[in-house]
Amino acid sequence: MRGIFKIAGACAVLGAGFGWFLTAPDPIDPNFGAALSGDAEAGALVFAAGGCVSCHAAPGAEGEEKQVLVGGLAFVSDFGTFYAPNISPDPNVGIGAWSLPGFARAVIRGVSPSGQHYYPAFPYAAYQHMHDQDVVNLFAYMQTLPADPTPSKAHDVGFPFNIRRSLGGWKLLFMKDEFVLSADHAPEVLRGRYLAEGLAHCAECHTPRNALGGLNRSNWLAGGPNPSGKGRIPNITQGKLDWSESDLVAYFTTGFTPDYDSAGGEMAEVVGNLAQLPESDRAAIAAYLKAVPAIP
Amino acid sequence: MFGKSTLVVSLSAALIATAGFAASHSSKSSNAAVVARHAQMQMIGYHTGLLGAIAKGEAEYDAGTVKAAAANLNALAKMNGATLWIEGTAQGQVDGSRAKAEIWSDPAGFAGKFAALEKASMDMMNAGDAAAVGAGMAGIGGACKGCHETYRGPKN
Repeated sequence: MRGIFKIAGACAVLGAGFGWFLTAPDPIDPNFGAALSGDAEAGALVFAAGGCVSCHAAPGAEGEEKQVLVGGLAFVSDFGTFYAPNISPDPNVGIGAWSLPGFARAVIRGVSPSGQHYYPAFPYAAYQHMHDQDVVNLFAYMQTLPADPTPSKAHDVGFPFNIRRSLGGWKLLFMKDEFVLSADHAPEVLRGRYLAEGLAHCAECHTPRNALGGLNRSNWLAGGPNPSGKGRIPNITQGKLDWSESDLVAYFTTGFTPDYDSAGGEMAEVVGNLAQLPESDRAAIAAYLKAVPAIP
Repeated sequence: MFGKSTLVVSLSAALIATAGFAASHSSKSSNAAVVARHAQMQMIGYHTGLLGAIAKGEAEYDAGTVKAAAANLNALAKMNGATLWIEGTAQGQVDGSRAKAEIWSDPAGFAGKFAALEKASMDMMNAGDAAAVGAGMAGIGGACKGCHETYRGPKN
């Protein structure tokens, strides 16, 4: 009898140890990007494609103020309210004192410099696809932005979601490192895949989520209830969206739909970001949307 | 005794009927305001579409069309909103409305968005060729998007 308890105890310890091991924040190569040099001008495009401003500028900021990534925007969810942090180059409250590998670990692994998992309100599950050179360029660009000393607001998240370690489990379950669309497509579609599934993180809103907030990859871009408010996020697969590629490019450039309605809400922000990209990138996203499996 | 209670009953009935009439009257005028607003937006969309077709090269540049479309947009932007954006017609209050509560909590900001369309349409009036129409579309698109970003809710 005592033997069984001993075995069970050992199993529990081993299991917990294994769980602890599995949920450990991913490390990153301490020499990440050492062989690359950052191009801030190219980084500005990565920054636009990533839509960083839309969440990290002060709520309601316009014009020049949008360059100050002070954070503060609230994301209400079923798990609590998250607040976008200050990612301006302030050395104390922002990212001014971060190393390049620390920045890369944050953006593509979702782990803070102090080794804590970030909540997936930060779309690192999409950003993980980012090419190293784009990470390095983005880092170079973000250092050119104005610093602001306003501290980040703490998230308002209750038990058990306030246990950061549990996010390691979330990442194991839902942070898939393969793309949804197969690689068996023309280079333009694959460029669009890199932009849409990675930087522009379209699926974060346009793909429905399960009860734990994981994306339902078999309904990729099929829309669903708006996770943070009234109304629905539209299905943008060919099952519902019959716009031509040039309609899509025009929408990404001006915000006008084919019948001259215009983008609103968060999508107006997205259009503002996409409009800064080269036309070839908007065309690539359009080509990607045409290639994604149609869901009715 | 009988007479008194009959009086109370009929008075109550009359009161309820009046209240009911008032409610249906107010919801009727709210609905009408929302329908009228949508008509205004449709007019804006129609004229923007005429200009957009020229900008995209789908239609020939024609100075008369550009001037007329821009002038109509200008007039639509200048409409007095007092009859249209009446209280109690926000999204959730009236079927089909996507107007956000911010329209009423921030009237100056909302008016500023129509002013932006007024200016953008004024600039468009003298667009001399298709390329100039294209450039002017950025201003008109910006005005539409700027307002919809802040003051229009998502699709119901």
